[in-house]
Amino acid sequence: MSQESPVLAEPDEITDMPETSEPFEIEDFLAAEQQKDLLRFTTAGSVDDGKSTLIGRLLYDSRSVYEDQVKAVTRSHAGEADAIDFAQLTDGLRAEREQGITIDVAYRFFATTKRKFIIADTPGHEQYTRNMVTGASTAELAIVLVDARKGILTQSRRHAFISSLLGIRHVVAAINKMDLVDFSEEVFAQHQRDLLSLAEKLEIPELLCIPISALNGDNVVTRSERTPWYLGPTLLEHLESVPIAEYLQHAPFRLPVQRVIRPHQNFRGFAGQIASGIIKVGDAIVALPSGQTSRVQSIQTFDGALESAFAPQSITLTLEDEIDISRGDLISHQANTPVSTANFEASLVWLHAEPFTAEKTYLLKHASQTVKARLNVTHRLDIETIEQESAQSLSLNEIGKAIVKTSRPLMVDAYRDNRITGSFILIDPANNATVGAGMVRHAEALEPAETRSEQKTGALLLLPQENIIPTLEAAFLASGEDVVVTRIQKPEVWRTLLRAGFIVMVPADASTQTEIVTLNAGGEFAKQTLLEADHETIQQKVTQLKKEAEQNDREF
Amino acid sequence: MATAVYSPSRHDAVPPARLTHLQMLEAESIHIIREVASEFQKPVMLYSIGKDSSVMLRLAQKAFHPGPIPFSLLHVDTGYKFREMLEFRDAYTRELGLNLIVWRNEDALEKGANPIALGTQRCCGLLKTQALLDGLRAHGFDAAFGGARRDEERSRAKERIFSFRDSGGQWDPKNQRPELWNLYNGRIGPGESIRVFPLSNWTELDIWHYIHLEKIPIVPLYFAKERRMLVRGDSLIPVEQPFVKGLPGEEQWVRCRLRSLGCSPCTGAIRSDADTVPKIIAELISFRSSERANRIIDHDQDGSMEIKKREGYF
Ligand SMILES: Nc1nc2c(ncn2[C@@H]2O[C@H](COP(=O)(O)OP(=O)(O)O)[C@@H](O)[C@H]2O)c(=O)[nH]1
Ligand SMILES: [Mg+2]
Repeated sequence: MSQESPVLAEPDEITDMPETSEPFEIEDFLAAEQQKDLLRFTTAGSVDDGKSTLIGRLLYDSRSVYEDQVKAVTRSHAGEADAIDFAQLTDGLRAEREQGITIDVAYRFFATTKRKFIIADTPGHEQYTRNMVTGASTAELAIVLVDARKGILTQSRRHAFISSLLGIRHVVAAINKMDLVDFSEEVFAQHQRDLLSLAEKLEIPELLCIPISALNGDNVVTRSERTPWYLGPTLLEHLESVPIAEYLQHAPFRLPVQRVIRPHQNFRGFAGQIASGIIKVGDAIVALPSGQTSRVQSIQTFDGALESAFAPQSITLTLEDEIDISRGDLISHQANTPVSTANFEASLVWLHAEPFTAEKTYLLKHASQTVKARLNVTHRLDIETIEQESAQSLSLNEIGKAIVKTSRPLMVDAYRDNRITGSFILIDPANNATVGAGMVRHAEALEPAETRSEQKTGALLLLPQENIIPTLEAAFLASGEDVVVTRIQKPEVWRTLLRAGFIVMVPADASTQTEIVTLNAGGEFAKQTLLEADHETIQQKVTQLKKEAEQNDREF
Repeated sequence: MATAVYSPSRHDAVPPARLTHLQMLEAESIHIIREVASEFQKPVMLYSIGKDSSVMLRLAQKAFHPGPIPFSLLHVDTGYKFREMLEFRDAYTRELGLNLIVWRNEDALEKGANPIALGTQRCCGLLKTQALLDGLRAHGFDAAFGGARRDEERSRAKERIFSFRDSGGQWDPKNQRPELWNLYNGRIGPGESIRVFPLSNWTELDIWHYIHLEKIPIVPLYFAKERRMLVRGDSLIPVEQPFVKGLPGEEQWVRCRLRSLGCSPCTGAIRSDADTVPKIIAELISFRSSERANRIIDHDQDGSMEIKKREGYF
């Protein structure tokens, strides 16, 4: 049974694959299965440190691979016992099979009697900081592989640094290939000293060193008799016992609103996944950025209403008052709100072959909203020395610091305090590539948010010919604009939509003329009448007006 | 008073709450589904009628409750699906009040496309991949949910949750966007689209366990029963299509079930007594081969899943 007893004496041959032998009650199994929690961890190591072998070993010893998968990677030589190539169990795509190296983040799954695990397996090749950062972003624990014969190399230092940068609280240094140094206590102790001083420098709160042999299984799942001097847990014991996201619920409540759910007039729910903290019915809340306040009326889920909910549950809140909340807003308790800022300092990892450009306006996605952003890189980190140097640009796989200015205020926490409200990605609007990953360093506005001018780049069309609306809509959508078609005639609604940068199409009385409405610098409506009203002319004119409005905005 | 460093009463009345792994996965999937519904113009959910689709559909219900699911379902019907699958599909989607779109490559079917005449690869290419791409294009869907999981097959282990497809619907493993935290980049240009996999982090066992806990209806073909089968070596080939003919004596009644649902000529059954979900789970954890080993098609070629994916298949 794959989940029942993960501890298996060193399996050398196929025939050691788990057997269904003990009597087995499925209901007991399911009850135990239901109690398991989920730990996400990441693994990093230089090429040939034994990362694939270690993962293969964890999967195999915990019986999370099937016989056909093992058969496919078993080499038979006449007269010898079959040798399982553990590394091959986890190496996926054709390209990397050909090159013999891992080239992208791969996710693996295994389980023990206590817990389920998701491994973000990230390749250790020089240029793949990007992959390590990706894998670390959702992990709570990192295993850094160190070759016992080599000790801490640049790569190990880089991995430890990235773990720390990405806010991983539990780091394990697996000192691998101990069999090749005769399981020497001295060798281990020396590496441990070096690693602990590195951890202190990097402010890693918890670092555990474990002497292992991935190839032979020592201290991976079963305790090794060859390291009697090592008294700590095996790797798997440690993975099974680290606390999971214990800090999440003690952090202040944050709900980024993903969507307003409105099945009928009497229900308006704000749906999202709780980023941190706990919420209860009756709690006093504030909606940001508007600052409007109310109380929680109910917490809705498909499985019934809840009295309280906590991170990372996905829920829907209803409030006692009719306040205006939409996607991109954030709900928090009144007592402890995030900082609303359009100007802050962040750590930045560059993920794209095309380097960072200060002249470019990027799109920035934070929680459930996307805004425009301009950045000034101030520093680059030398990954070898972990020292910072001043810099204006970053290229692929480089890490630095930047000042970020956004077109609208974001509700942020420092990344150190909250990985969800403290993180963002950058998108290049020219090709839609994800080019950067950012972490808010200080949740402080560098200048008061009020002094920043609002974006006013939207345009509203009053269209007497209703039949051209679908064509126009398609054309605008194709050019990357966000389009709203509405019959609402309220100026305050129009203003909000324009400030949000939408193209708004409003069907008008057939006797009128086509008009384009924009917001001027003073926030007032400016109208232009169009005589030629075919869709191409309209689209051209709107694009031109939007460009002008954008240029007028001094900040951008 | 003892000088305790650790004080459990620090966070007053609130007990430390904990989510189980299934609750964590559920919360993550709901987040993904809501992001897609909010960021795309015209998303659709690929509905294959199988167990993964059934879970995905339940998660979509949960994501928008008490509102309706704000997108349609698309079933790519190869023409060779099991009769019981189609019956289940129609009854279940009607019961839930969902908008179901069925798409078939009628052209190829009229010309007599079938796995015996064309071979499984060409047949899949026309009736599955081509039909899927045509269906998505004809309706102008810019995002399509699929129920694929990363634990299914090695090439899937690297798949993103938001998987970018170019204007030909093709997947380039080298040109996928890095995916960090829970921030998904859904920006696309004209003609491009995103395949979304909200079940990426679920395992086969998770799926069955969730079906069990949530009492999600599934197609009866998953449960063991006496069925008419072509018995050939270790394989049990379902007899449903007229072109599936055995040698004398090959056709027999066998107590069996299907482990994954596909087209009747190409999906082998397994001998089994599992006629309840817990029994299926018990059987699953004693299995010695992975789920896809039962699919006749994946063995055609080493890495065949990856080739199909590059061409636009899920
Ligand atoms: N002697 C010994 N060799 C190991 C050990 N772990 C891995 N190796 C070998 O080191 C080589 C590289 O291993 P692999 O897992 O592919 O490294 P990766 O590049 O980090 O994934 C292979 O030949 C492994 O068999 C170990 O604990 N002891
Ligand atoms: Mg490797």
